[in-house]
Amino acid sequence: MSRATKKVSPRRTTLPLHAIALVVGAFIIVPVVYALLGGFKDNSELSGNPFGLPGTWVTANYTDVLASGSFWLQLWNSTFIAVVTTVLTVALSALAAFVFARFAFRGRELFFTLFTAGLMFPFAVAILPIFVLLRTFGLLDNPLGVILTQAAFGLPLTIIILRGFFRSIPGEIEEAATIDGCTPFGFFWRILLPMARPAIATVSVLAIVGSWNNFMLPLVVFSQETSWTLPLGIQQFQGQYASDTARILAYLILAMVPALGFYAIAERHLVGGLTAGATKG
Amino acid sequence: MTTLTKGPEAVRLPAPPPAARRRGRWVTITLFLLPAIVLFLMLVVAPMVVAAYSSLFRWNGFGGLPTDFIGLDNFTRLFSSEIFVQDMWHLVVLVALSIFVQLPFSLAVAMLLHQRMRGRAIYRMVFFAPYVLSEVITGVLFSLILSPGSGMANQVLSVFGWESEWLADPDTVLPSLFLVMTWKYFGFHMMIYLAGRQNIPDELVEAAQIDGATAWKTFRYVTLPLLGPTIRISVFLSVIYTIQLFDLVWILTGGGPSHASETMAVTMMDWGFKRSQVGYASAISVVMFVLSLVFALFYQRLVMRRDLEGATTSMGGRR
Repeated sequence: MSRATKKVSPRRTTLPLHAIALVVGAFIIVPVVYALLGGFKDNSELSGNPFGLPGTWVTANYTDVLASGSFWLQLWNSTFIAVVTTVLTVALSALAAFVFARFAFRGRELFFTLFTAGLMFPFAVAILPIFVLLRTFGLLDNPLGVILTQAAFGLPLTIIILRGFFRSIPGEIEEAATIDGCTPFGFFWRILLPMARPAIATVSVLAIVGSWNNFMLPLVVFSQETSWTLPLGIQQFQGQYASDTARILAYLILAMVPALGFYAIAERHLVGGLTAGATKG
Repeated sequence: MTTLTKGPEAVRLPAPPPAARRRGRWVTITLFLLPAIVLFLMLVVAPMVVAAYSSLFRWNGFGGLPTDFIGLDNFTRLFSSEIFVQDMWHLVVLVALSIFVQLPFSLAVAMLLHQRMRGRAIYRMVFFAPYVLSEVITGVLFSLILSPGSGMANQVLSVFGWESEWLADPDTVLPSLFLVMTWKYFGFHMMIYLAGRQNIPDELVEAAQIDGATAWKTFRYVTLPLLGPTIRISVFLSVIYTIQLFDLVWILTGGGPSHASETMAVTMMDWGFKRSQVGYASAISVVMFVLSLVFALFYQRLVMRRDLEGATTSMGGRR
């Protein structure tokens, strides 16, 4: 770290920095605070008094959303799809990454290159054939249709990150385990995976966030309201209550809570994973 | 590419016969690799191939594989379509805005937050937070804030006697869209830059300061060149992302008003799902793919080549 040039009063030297940071912070925060407070207003107050605290705190917008079954159903759908996607992605990737990292065999580079090339396949390009494919297999309006597709597109990055980590674990450990009678799967399951816990956490967090925020795929796969995830529900809610701005704001805020809560818990893994993933990809 | 599995053969205590061992090895390799490969081939590779194939047909998406072969007609129709040509123009505009406005802004904020100052962890966390929110939340929130009548943005501007139609005016829709993109994504680029900056040894920066370089010159001739690889990656990600831009546009404007903010992905979804012209829509997806691929290859060949050689310290006075 470079030391502050003036030792006398470091607070004064950082004051302009704080001023700029606060302006940027306001740019980020004001829309969210507007939504948060707006949710406590009624619509007439919202248009007359967008920024101030509500004259009377109207809680109906929030409680109505929380009392509606659809919000909770969407929350459940999003959670279910995110969790199953993550488990599937990480499990399949870990097995593949183990083979790529620890076995030498003919065709290894070919398959690995195939997966790394997968990083280059933009999801949007494949959406039409995927839709046709899922329709053929009767997987429309089935969570599995979204889960399998998300897992397939999550494989490349997850495999690359895990393979890198698996390779960094010394070969002596594997030799020792094999001498002690460990099968390859035993080594993978009992030794490698526990050692790779930080890497597993990182790729899991990435998979969860990717699934949670996915919009395009659920949009084409789910037509029935009972299958909707939160992003679809929000979009629909906006259409349904187009003139009821305060109620939409309340819905937005409630939908933000799980994502921001997760961010608060998993910040380190998320940021580390995204920047590492970005630079490796 | 070292192999790490030849150890056990050398020791071989309870060793099963070598043939059985070798067979066991192949069983392991196959069993472990197969699920991932099957899923990947079925849901990533095959759809890409089908997209390329069906772009040569007139096809409504029903009844097995397409049969009405029309060669490259979809592509000629595409490139003579005014909407698609506009899509490409929007791509150029958004990429230019990202590279010349959003990324320098992210870089400036990153340099700011690299300074030792109280609360910078909180600033960092707040600036990155929008990246975690879904495009849909962001889009709906800003469609309300930027609504042309009494949206929040106009109420702020009205204090200064200003007003804007934002997303409702073809002339302002792209800058408005870009504003929302910046809100959501600058924190991501900032984090990449921060990580890159942390990899630069502080001795280099201090040496420049001791030699009497001003803050600007230190940045311009020391920090910036050393950040080169990081910057080039964030430009790369920004371009690839913009080529596929869909969610935000779909929510904010649906491509309107009168196609003024439409992107390739929006046009594709429009033809593919609303008008059931899957062959034509596939042609759009092929163009998106080729564009991404060509860009990636050229960019990695020409711009990122020296980064891939891993030369962070051997940079002369370039850039």
